[in-house]
Amino acid sequence: MSVYPHTLPAGRGRGRRSSLRSWRWRDRIVYLLAWLSGLSLCLIAAAIVLYLLVRGIQYVSPSLILTRPTAGIGQNQIGGILDPLLGTLLLVALGTAIATPIGVCSAVWIVEYGRGRLGRRLARVVESSIEIVAGTPDIVIAILALALFQVGALSFLSFTASGGGVYGRSFLTAGAAVALLAIPPVFLATRDGLEALPGHQREGAFALGKTRIATIRRVLLPGIRPNIATGVTLGMGRIVGDTAIVFLLLGVGAAERIEPQGGVPGLGILRGTGSTLTSYIYSNSPAGEGNAPQKAYAAAFVLLAMVLALNAIAGFVSRRGSAGGMSLGDRVRLGGWS
Amino acid sequence: MLERLRHPWSDRRAELVLGAAACSVGLAILLMVVFVARGAWPTFAHNGLAWLGSGGNPETQIGNMLHTGPHPVAAAYHLRAWPLIYGTLLSTGLALLLGLPFALLSAIFLVEFAPRAVQRLLTPVVRLLAAVPSVIYGLLGVLVLAPFVGNHVISPAQKRSVEYVVQLDGTGLAVAVIVLALMIVPIMVALIADALAAVPAAWREGAVALGVNPLRATLAVSLRAIRPAIAAAAAFACARAVGEAVMIAMVSGENAFAPKPWDGVVFLFEPMLTLAASIFRNADSLSAPAIRSSLDAFALLLLLAAFALSLGSYLVKLPLRRHHAGARP
Repeated sequence: MSVYPHTLPAGRGRGRRSSLRSWRWRDRIVYLLAWLSGLSLCLIAAAIVLYLLVRGIQYVSPSLILTRPTAGIGQNQIGGILDPLLGTLLLVALGTAIATPIGVCSAVWIVEYGRGRLGRRLARVVESSIEIVAGTPDIVIAILALALFQVGALSFLSFTASGGGVYGRSFLTAGAAVALLAIPPVFLATRDGLEALPGHQREGAFALGKTRIATIRRVLLPGIRPNIATGVTLGMGRIVGDTAIVFLLLGVGAAERIEPQGGVPGLGILRGTGSTLTSYIYSNSPAGEGNAPQKAYAAAFVLLAMVLALNAIAGFVSRRGSAGGMSLGDRVRLGGWS
Repeated sequence: MLERLRHPWSDRRAELVLGAAACSVGLAILLMVVFVARGAWPTFAHNGLAWLGSGGNPETQIGNMLHTGPHPVAAAYHLRAWPLIYGTLLSTGLALLLGLPFALLSAIFLVEFAPRAVQRLLTPVVRLLAAVPSVIYGLLGVLVLAPFVGNHVISPAQKRSVEYVVQLDGTGLAVAVIVLALMIVPIMVALIADALAAVPAAWREGAVALGVNPLRATLAVSLRAIRPAIAAAAAFACARAVGEAVMIAMVSGENAFAPKPWDGVVFLFEPMLTLAASIFRNADSLSAPAIRSSLDAFALLLLLAAFALSLGSYLVKLPLRRHHAGARP
């Protein structure tokens, strides 16, 4: 099946080539430019992937991935990327664990409940506030979240300096902030999936005497599982690729190790600071503090591989969704770089 | 505890729980905006409207705030943000100018002219380009593109012509704009291609039947029909570009210098900084109250800009929605 099935049959094949001769010069030039720009997009993508692949093969090794970073001078002394890699995985897990229930619950409430005068009005407010979150730059979300988590009452969530200053920096606070990046895709995918379900599924369940919530849990949600999975995967992609929130809420500069806070083992890591692949790349680029391009390239290769894998998974699951696959525009709008 | 959750919920209780989850996002955002607006107040109060004006280098001014203590005096808040605002407008505007024609041509190619095999290749390519994290774009910009521009594009004479003001090493406006354009093009291609594919095929077929060639038919009929969608795509891309922090912080030359158009071609190679990139660069000195207040003000400004652009993109699409709603049987 073609991606854009309606295109004109006259626009392709031998018919087009023979008619191209009768076109005016200006039209031929525009036509040529359209081809050129389409192909150059392919070339640019291929160049980015191949360049990072070559660099990755050059610099990535099992020992690099399995050693912890150490403070040092020069590219040979600063160790591997184990901590950033684990940091990325932990942050993705935390972010999706927070975002998925909120996104799914909001979508279910808006589509299945949210009735009555007040309910409808509230539903519109919730919908537009999620749209606003989707359009807010991540650096702004970072500053907003920092303002919230530096309030004294929330200090138990994060790293606290010896003087008692609340920095608002920890895996927990960063996880809550990146959850805001993942909520819009989860919400919109779930909402569109629910709206695309045929009405007789609900009516059949109601006719059997099921309550609304039982219908949702036993009939509707299982039916839109692929849609939810698509939204979650796109949200994961946004979290993996985010730098600004990590930089402001997890740790600035060369603090590249996962540093637990307090005595409790599991909670200590969640309350502690650390780094992710994105912040590692930034701090090892010429713009950051440590100038170690080889390490930055290696981390960038691992990061790109993760993003490509998530991208492929999203494409694979979205085809099974009830809305018949997400359109290119929706995919890019929800899952693009942040 | 778990046993109680396993019991079937009453509808009333489920509605309340789900509704509370839905409203929590809106409430959290509201709370955050209130905190940031409160944090931004001192810098606006001490600078007045001159805050938006020009005068000096805002990066230096923020640097001066670093050691002003926990209770800074009014003079410590001195900041003139115009170079950053100008940098934001300039980089976004130029990237849009560069990216929009490219995106339009690519979208037309993708939907109307690409053979099926190329179409199948180009769709994942657009998705991929849109999914590459900005820090990777920044890394390639600063390690590949900037040295190339610095060594081969900028002539020694050009470097000498401004050396008493800024050093040109390749990082600067031109590289930032090129990478930014590359980042917003896939978004615009995807949104415009969706709109093009939604134009009823009969409209264009009608034009072709009248003897217009397929390209002219696309330009005159389809493109004209989706003008609101193009504007909305541009507004959405603008919102992304305005908020881009990491990539700009990496490739723009780390200097809040306002590029001067009257410098001629050198203008393109001069360093600059945007509001978002300035927040990112100064994030490690947030503990100084004066810096905190200034960065809160930048964030508030960006939030307003993103909100205005979202609203604009919604409003320009309204006529299109009405049309589609009317066309539906």
